[in-house]
Amino acid sequence: MKRILTLVGLAAVPLAVLGVFFVLPVSGMLSEGFWVDGHFDPAAVAEVLTRPRTLRVVWFTVWSALAGTTVAVLLGVPAAHLLHRRRFRGRAVLRALLLVPFVLPTVVVGVAFRELIGEAGPLGFLGFDGSAGAIIAGLAFFNVAVVIRAVGAAWESLDPRPAEAAAALGASPAHVFRTVTLPALRPAIVSAASVVFLFCATAFGVVLTLGGLRYSSVETEIYLLTTNLLDLQAAAALSIVQLLAIAALLVVTSRLRAVADPSLARTTARPPRVSRGDWPSLLATLLVTVLVGLPIAALVVGSLQVGDGWGLGNYRALTTEGSRQALLVPVTDALVISLRTAVDATWMSLSLGVLVAIVVTRRSHSRAERRTRGALDGLFMLPLGVSAVTLGFGFLITLDEPPLDFRDSLLLVPIAQALVALPLVVRTLAPALGGVDDRQRQAAASLGAGPLRTFVTVDLPIMWKPLLAAAGFAFAVSLGEFGATSFLARDETPTMPIVIFHLIGHPGAMNYGMALAASVVLAATTAVVMLAVERLRVPSLGAF
Amino acid sequence: MLAPTLAVVLAASACSLVGGDDESGNGSASGEASKRVVLVTHESFVLPKELQKQFEKDTGYELETRASGDAGALTNKLVLTKDNPLGDVAFGVDNTFASRALDEGVFAPYTAKLPEGADQYLLEGDDDQALTPIDNANVCVNIDDTWFADKGVAPPKTLDDLYKPAYRDLFVASGAATSSPGMAFLLTTVAAYGAKWPDYWERLMRNGLKLTDGWSDAYQVDFTQGGGKGDRPIVLSYDSSPAFTIADDGTSTTSALLDTCFRQVEYAGVLDGAENPDGAKALVDFLLTPEVQAALPDSMYVFPVDSSVKLPADWAKFAKQPADPFAVAPADIAEHRDEWLRVWSDITSR
Repeated sequence: MKRILTLVGLAAVPLAVLGVFFVLPVSGMLSEGFWVDGHFDPAAVAEVLTRPRTLRVVWFTVWSALAGTTVAVLLGVPAAHLLHRRRFRGRAVLRALLLVPFVLPTVVVGVAFRELIGEAGPLGFLGFDGSAGAIIAGLAFFNVAVVIRAVGAAWESLDPRPAEAAAALGASPAHVFRTVTLPALRPAIVSAASVVFLFCATAFGVVLTLGGLRYSSVETEIYLLTTNLLDLQAAAALSIVQLLAIAALLVVTSRLRAVADPSLARTTARPPRVSRGDWPSLLATLLVTVLVGLPIAALVVGSLQVGDGWGLGNYRALTTEGSRQALLVPVTDALVISLRTAVDATWMSLSLGVLVAIVVTRRSHSRAERRTRGALDGLFMLPLGVSAVTLGFGFLITLDEPPLDFRDSLLLVPIAQALVALPLVVRTLAPALGGVDDRQRQAAASLGAGPLRTFVTVDLPIMWKPLLAAAGFAFAVSLGEFGATSFLARDETPTMPIVIFHLIGHPGAMNYGMALAASVVLAATTAVVMLAVERLRVPSLGAF
Repeated sequence: MLAPTLAVVLAASACSLVGGDDESGNGSASGEASKRVVLVTHESFVLPKELQKQFEKDTGYELETRASGDAGALTNKLVLTKDNPLGDVAFGVDNTFASRALDEGVFAPYTAKLPEGADQYLLEGDDDQALTPIDNANVCVNIDDTWFADKGVAPPKTLDDLYKPAYRDLFVASGAATSSPGMAFLLTTVAAYGAKWPDYWERLMRNGLKLTDGWSDAYQVDFTQGGGKGDRPIVLSYDSSPAFTIADDGTSTTSALLDTCFRQVEYAGVLDGAENPDGAKALVDFLLTPEVQAALPDSMYVFPVDSSVKLPADWAKFAKQPADPFAVAPADIAEHRDEWLRVWSDITSR
């Protein structure tokens, strides 16, 4: 009984936040679709599901997301090995750079990709522009960092001794990887893959920009139905499909995530230097660097073009409001606003994420308890799978009356961003927390440690690295979030992605150049923050 | 186990106190609701700060702007929140979305005193005069004159020219489903070809029309005179666009094909159920003042509805407006939008 109470107590705050800022708005929008002129009409919603167009859209969403996830995992896992288990010069910089795509607004990435693969671009001969291949490359570009970070963090905390023992007994590196390392990494890989799949399945800008309008995903279709056609029945039908698909995905992944002995090591050995045997990881890292580096290079080159020559004019212009006052505030102000918002979003999603991760990873004592924990685990993943436009419109129609009158609140932006980042935070923390042997906590408790002390001495040392990785993710998500933010941000406090979107949508070569320069600044800021986070890592974890 | 929860809650509340600075500024504004006017608009809305200050000084109202989404998202937001409106006054609903807002009773009647020449922009079917025209612009096919001169190819002039073999793979446009100029171009073809418009689009697609997500992708990436220096010299844009491609010699490198245009008019209106209807009316009047009308071209790239206002020099010289653009009745658009977009999507995604 006491255990259940504790569980409820821990989960109360995250549940309340999720209830008000997610469940309520989304169900508000769904009911707009189900209740037509005051009476309940589910038949109209069901009819939408039988349209051939709906089936086509759902099928495209599923296979493109699967393909994007596969590419991201196949490249990300070996790259995680090199970047987290090997030592080489420039490793920290490379790690930080690879996280950059994560924060770039899709509208800019779309432009950067299309400058490369478009008919007039250096890779135009590939005929990639407007193809499904371009969409999948775009999805992998955005998400490979998730795999590298999440799997890398787990890999670092992995006890190297079983693998060494296997090698000493004569197993080949491939054999060791297959029989020792891979099973131990499986929870992290499955976690990362499920998050990446959700990101891919709900991608919006990438599908429209790189697909040349020939492809529609569930997300783009909901956007069209809600903002253009006001066909809320159809939008509700597709939202239900999204929710059901996520539920199914969560059931599958929770099975795959379970491992027999999840114990993690508390100390990490100094990683060895790169050797000849590392060629698969080297190759993958090279590919990832090219995939991520080329579009970014295209951005940098574009931002340095002034008229027919080269210069820093676009960067100097960032302290202004753009040509003919395209903006209300200078780009530099927007950067400050972005950073402040990101700090808020980070502490919010970390506080919620730690609580959720504790709740979902503690060993259950009864079937009911395990079910409850499983359901909670899934509940907090949902924000990833629901369209930002559904959430945005839902905010407007449900959070408009006291005591929940939040429509004008400045806190809405960081809260929405924190909810978007929350699944990522939980998925980064949970594998590590789940890997703590419960007997250690019991030992601490029997020696007289209180719950807080047990947490600090047993859980925190293990969680330290994943916690930093999660903080980095949350910060990056907040810096780059566009969908919900564009809906909720007040125009006197725009974030960088919004300013960039404004600039690129206004005529005039100056505004275009400024948009590219602002993207480079956003990318560089992210890279610097990520580097700083890596430096924060405390070397001697045993100090606690 | 309660201890960590408590610690986190304490930490969280301490931080939100830090963030509380922003909140207090916001709170004071909503404290005096009767002195505040809330303008709900789309993301392209920009007015010089001096003008906004002038409005506040002249009327004693405090102006707050909520700008997000495009004209479609704005209209749908207004429709969904009509029982508890987001503000007092809305600007940016255009003639392609206006019927929906009127049918849903989003706006309250208000007859503003219109400046010279503005009555030609009044919305057909708006008998209560709920919507006041503020600006207009035409979506037209634009061409890169320098490209055609260099290649010695005669540039296209009409809609029919665009599917001729001489212009194969040269045209880029934003899509009707995802962009407002794209929708306007679809309506152009509906007005020009009637029920046969799908045939026209099939010909365009066969002639290598390239479609993009939004205006910026088409103009900035694929158009030869855009920021990214693409390789297509024909693009869907606005009648004002040639005023933004002035070369060093003082002439424009592009021009709009005036026989391919669709007129878009943007309206302002007092929201039904507004907390401050007087303030809302004051703002509609303000948007019609000569100062605001004169600022529209530079701020929002649109033409004023007041014909007596002097245009900026580049505009007067290079931004030619069509005498007789294509038009589709707002009620027709409201009735067929869904069907037209579906047919269009089927043709273009084949």
